Amino acid sequence: MNMFSLTLEHMYIVFIAVAIAVVLGVFLGVIAYWIRYLDSIILWITEIIQTIPSLALLALLMIVFGLGNTTIIVGLVLYALMPIARNTYIGLQDVEPHLKDAARGMGMTKLQRLVKVELPLSFPLIFSGIKIATVNSLSVAVMGVLIGAGGLGFPVYRGIQTNSLTLILSGAIPVVLMALIFDYIMSRIERRLTLRASDGRK
Amino acid sequence: MIKFENVSKKYGSTPVLDELSFEIQQGEFVVLIGPSGCGKTTTLKTINRLIEPNAGKIYIDGKDITDMNPVELRRGIGYVIQQIGLFPNMTVEQNIAVVPKLLKYPKDKWQAIVHDLLEMVDMPYEENAHKYPSELSGGQQQRIGVLRALAASPPIILMDEPFGALDPITRDTLQDEVRRLQKKLKKTIVFVTHDMDEALKMADTIVFMNEGKILQMASPEEMLHNPAHPIISGFMGKQIDSRSNGLTAGDVMRTRVVKAARNNQTLKSIELMKSRDVDTLIVINEDDTYAGIVTIGDLRARGRGGMEIGELITDAAPVVNVADDAQEAFDALLTSSTSYVIVLNDDNTVAGLITKTSMTRAMGEVLWGDVTS
Repeated sequence: MNMFSLTLEHMYIVFIAVAIAVVLGVFLGVIAYWIRYLDSIILWITEIIQTIPSLALLALLMIVFGLGNTTIIVGLVLYALMPIARNTYIGLQDVEPHLKDAARGMGMTKLQRLVKVELPLSFPLIFSGIKIATVNSLSVAVMGVLIGAGGLGFPVYRGIQTNSLTLILSGAIPVVLMALIFDYIMSRIERRLTLRASDGRK
Repeated sequence: MIKFENVSKKYGSTPVLDELSFEIQQGEFVVLIGPSGCGKTTTLKTINRLIEPNAGKIYIDGKDITDMNPVELRRGIGYVIQQIGLFPNMTVEQNIAVVPKLLKYPKDKWQAIVHDLLEMVDMPYEENAHKYPSELSGGQQQRIGVLRALAASPPIILMDEPFGALDPITRDTLQDEVRRLQKKLKKTIVFVTHDMDEALKMADTIVFMNEGKILQMASPEEMLHNPAHPIISGFMGKQIDSRSNGLTAGDVMRTRVVKAARNNQTLKSIELMKSRDVDTLIVINEDDTYAGIVTIGDLRARGRGGMEIGELITDAAPVVNVADDAQEAFDALLTSSTSYVIVLNDDNTVAGLITKTSMTRAMGEVLWGDVTS
């Protein structure tokens, strides 16, 4: 068992999932912001998904997507939607009303306001959602081994079966380390972003 | 050039504009003035269709503005607001070039415009163009706000209390600059203020409004000598009195404050404080009015997860009105146990916060002119 390649695969699964979740989550957040009567529905659905136990969700997804990495990626995407969509929505809503007013008064269309003003000013909060999603996904991805996916779940699961603490730890420690490292780096970036953008938000 | 014809606007059953009819000539500097809630800002915003009237017509150069695309209409009208509204994510240059870029000017053309405009207000391009708004003083920011409105050389510029948040000396300088620019560039300017001194200084024509109607429309001289209504003479007297004391609470406050709704939950509020690096939140009611403050200490001591912060608020912080004398706010600041004073608008919404830093800064600006942050 090559720990290095397992770690790489683990990260690969998480990155793909988070990347897809960013696109979908930001999209959902924008829709919730633009179409007022959809906001509670969208946020409600993403929160409901969050409450499904990961084992149950993965089992359900397995029926549709079969065994392998695709299933765990879909599962991670679903879990990552909530923090990203919610933070996008809150971020967009919290942009100072006078900045929205200025953008409108200068003749920006709705899309131009979103792309040039509202999204850049919400970015620190969106990024914080991405951070939560990433750190979360790193640990949930361990469950992937149960549905035939790769990554660091494999040594953990094999360790449980053979009653080998060493094997369990050899899978668990890299996961914890990765989570800590990502959390640290992304928190630093988040802080910088927040300081820079604090003028534009309530 | 701009013609209002029986324009009315209602919010619910309250009329804000009542059958308004008047005309503004090309190149004229028109100041709309009146007490709070008289409809002056609403009138201004109907011109670029940020607010649509319920009845009546507005014509610009003989064309009914409801026949125009609102986005294109607004690109042809400069807009300056009290809160300045520079985009904090863009540099000075990018801010000034917003409308020229929306109008798809080529790069060398809009860059030349930015150069010329900065030159015009003595802010050299090399030093200032690549700064972010937060690196400029309040007065410099509003200069850029005015330049941004001029950038695509629109024939009409709307200004909504543009100097209301500046200290008296900076305000004075900017008033002179805008008047000079207007004379030079021959723009039609519609300017909203509640400051009669400002109106008298700037205007070719003053439009005095009350309860959605025009009480008098006249030149400054005419209005000074023959005020058509007791409200108008009262307004001039009041303005002169309050100005003799100098600074108001509104002049020395900072407007960036962290507000939270009273139904926010405790944990979320702690997160919010952490992310903004503050130890106190200003709590507001659902209608945006001030409810109280909550400190991180209160949350830690008495808050439980899931509890709403509305249950934890205190009224420990002193409160002043935005128009109150700065000295009053100063006294409150010195005698209070908190290190800040809350500033409220007339409708009890939060206007800003006076801290020892903002107070010192305002005094420094009065003594030595603009203080750069």
